[in-house]
Amino acid sequence: MGQFIGTLKGFGVTFSHMFKKVVTEEYPEKRVPLAPRYHGRHILNRHPDGLEKCIGCELCAWACPADAIYVEGADNTDEERYSPGERYASTYQINYARCIFCGLCIEACPTRSLTMSNEYELARDSRQDLIFTKEQLLAPLLSGMEQPPHAMYLGDSEKDYYLSGPTNPGSSAGAEKNPAHRIADRDGKVAQ
Amino acid sequence: MGIEEKLPNGILLTTVEKLVNWTRKSSFWPATFGLACCAIEMMATGAARYDLARFGMEVFRASPRQADLMIVAGRVSQKMAPVLRQIYDQMPDPKWVLSMGVCASSGGMFNNYAIVQGVDHIVPVDMYLPGCPPRPEMLIDAILRLHDKIMDEPLGDKRRKVLEAREPAVVPAGSMPSSFRHNKELRAAWEKAAAQGREEQLRIEKWMETQARRNS
Repeated sequence: MGQFIGTLKGFGVTFSHMFKKVVTEEYPEKRVPLAPRYHGRHILNRHPDGLEKCIGCELCAWACPADAIYVEGADNTDEERYSPGERYASTYQINYARCIFCGLCIEACPTRSLTMSNEYELARDSRQDLIFTKEQLLAPLLSGMEQPPHAMYLGDSEKDYYLSGPTNPGSSAGAEKNPAHRIADRDGKVAQ
Repeated sequence: MGIEEKLPNGILLTTVEKLVNWTRKSSFWPATFGLACCAIEMMATGAARYDLARFGMEVFRASPRQADLMIVAGRVSQKMAPVLRQIYDQMPDPKWVLSMGVCASSGGMFNNYAIVQGVDHIVPVDMYLPGCPPRPEMLIDAILRLHDKIMDEPLGDKRRKVLEAREPAVVPAGSMPSSFRHNKELRAAWEKAAAQGREEQLRIEKWMETQARRNS
């Protein structure tokens, strides 16, 4: 008899867990936010008027240890302008079947055009779909942005765009705008 | 092949097909095939915190004869390739292959003579999962996308032809991220965006929203 009650007690512990809060990750239903600087899918940012920040310099492709990035630059003209300045990327591809998310490309980017988001759900059923094109990588148009090609609205030359660089984070201000993760410079000032 | 080839293409068959696919995806046993660092993440996924048992997949079978899914986790060297093929051949039908991590998917950063440039040179792959290594959520996402694909699989060649004759879906099976598919609002938003071809932009918009919430 005592043995029987002991068994019941044991199962009781198991049964009571059906009404308790779960301690495991409930991934597809609830997505736990990641660290703000988690290396996820890339974004190609835009200036506040919608022009692309990418200048087609290919430094990201040179920095990439896995040769995952392919860039083809082309010249801007006054009639057809995609980015402020001389050049823009006419083709931009990142092969996610090769990318190791090391972040060397975003360190190499001179215009902060290429940044990383926290998006990680990237599985696909063909290798072709894993090559992301420029259309897929470009940031969405926010209010006040216009789909390029169009003229430079923020100034007469590209200098006006770059001088306002630090206060002009583009459409995907990520981790650097999070107050908890701002890094103070040498004078103890925190970049705004 | 069997009786399903002779049956008419009615409600009975589609219901049976659904039932068969449901049983296949609900007890989807993976074979242990860890080759490198991705295997550590694969073990983490199977362990207590991420709890793969929720999807009926907690038993990683050491014998390929009891497994349905081969998760190729890690880089495949030329020397390992015949072993990998043999393990695949030993698995009973129906079987699926998930190539986990960039090395298995395409060779990744190891573009050299020692590494097979993509495991699809050796076995047919059903789902490619990028990442170096992918975090456990990414593996769960890939597995759930594979579940979605299995639920869409035809029963027999006759049914396959019928399904192929249909016009392609706006959101093909296995193309929607799991966190979107398991949330009604996000799912509707994704379907709408996919019709316009801007689902990747939607994803970034959603991420920017969470980022803005966090910063405020």
